[in-house]
Amino acid sequence: MQNTVNKTGKLQVTTPSDREIAMTRAFDAPRALVFDAWTKPELLKRWLGVFGGWTFAVCEVDLKVGGMYRYVWRGADGKEMGMGGVFREIVRPERIVCTEKFDESWYPGDAVDTAVFVEKAGKTTVTTTVLYASKDARDGVLKSPMEGGVAKSYDKLAEVLASMPARGAK
Amino acid sequence: MTADRLDATFAALADPTRRAILARLTSGQASVTELAAPFAMSQPAISKHLKVLERAGLVSRGREAQRRPRRLEAKPLSEATKWLERYRRYWEGNYERLDALLEELKGKQKKRGSTKR
Repeated sequence: MQNTVNKTGKLQVTTPSDREIAMTRAFDAPRALVFDAWTKPELLKRWLGVFGGWTFAVCEVDLKVGGMYRYVWRGADGKEMGMGGVFREIVRPERIVCTEKFDESWYPGDAVDTAVFVEKAGKTTVTTTVLYASKDARDGVLKSPMEGGVAKSYDKLAEVLASMPARGAK
Repeated sequence: MTADRLDATFAALADPTRRAILARLTSGQASVTELAAPFAMSQPAISKHLKVLERAGLVSRGREAQRRPRRLEAKPLSEATKWLERYRRYWEGNYERLDALLEELKGKQKKRGSTKR
């Protein structure tokens, strides 16, 4: 694996097992700040999914084991998308484990998200791993237009594209 | 590109044998016999995989009556790539907004730290 700790700005997507999808990204900030940005509603509202007219209609985080979080985004056209879950583990500012369920879920069962924050020389590498209930559930995500599906699909596609001979740009 | 078409493309890409077939076809068209050769798999099994790839529009059949060579159709792949890039940019976008927020928070922290001292 490449050392990504000292390099910010590059998103890496991997599949650690046949039920998981992981994303890794480094940030140029100490992990206490990154952890806050990940868990405080007033900060989450500034970055997570807020683009192209989408804003948070609901952003509630009860950051304790057994506590719930609930996110609802609303688009410019009034359309809403909601998701939420329960916190299973919180080790501030190192680790968060929570369940994940979308209101209009496209995969069976709950998924479990793990976020790990590693700080080195003032930079923080965050790895988020989504563990699906089964391989079938993850493979269902493969067909979905959501980020997990895309991440996985991207790996597959990259594999095919990497084997293709270089062609002139059209 | 329709969602159905994307579903078909990604479902087709989800299998290692089908990805190997696509990789083989990038170096030129090939008959079913030729495609089956590197695999410990019967021709009917390979034909089944080819049908999935054909339904996804990733592979088409040539006209030569006997060989019916299969060839790669690049368009769905490039459409899928474009679509995936768009979505990858969604996460890149999230994290770039977070970068900016963290810079702001770092600035505030420094200020607070210096006024305390």
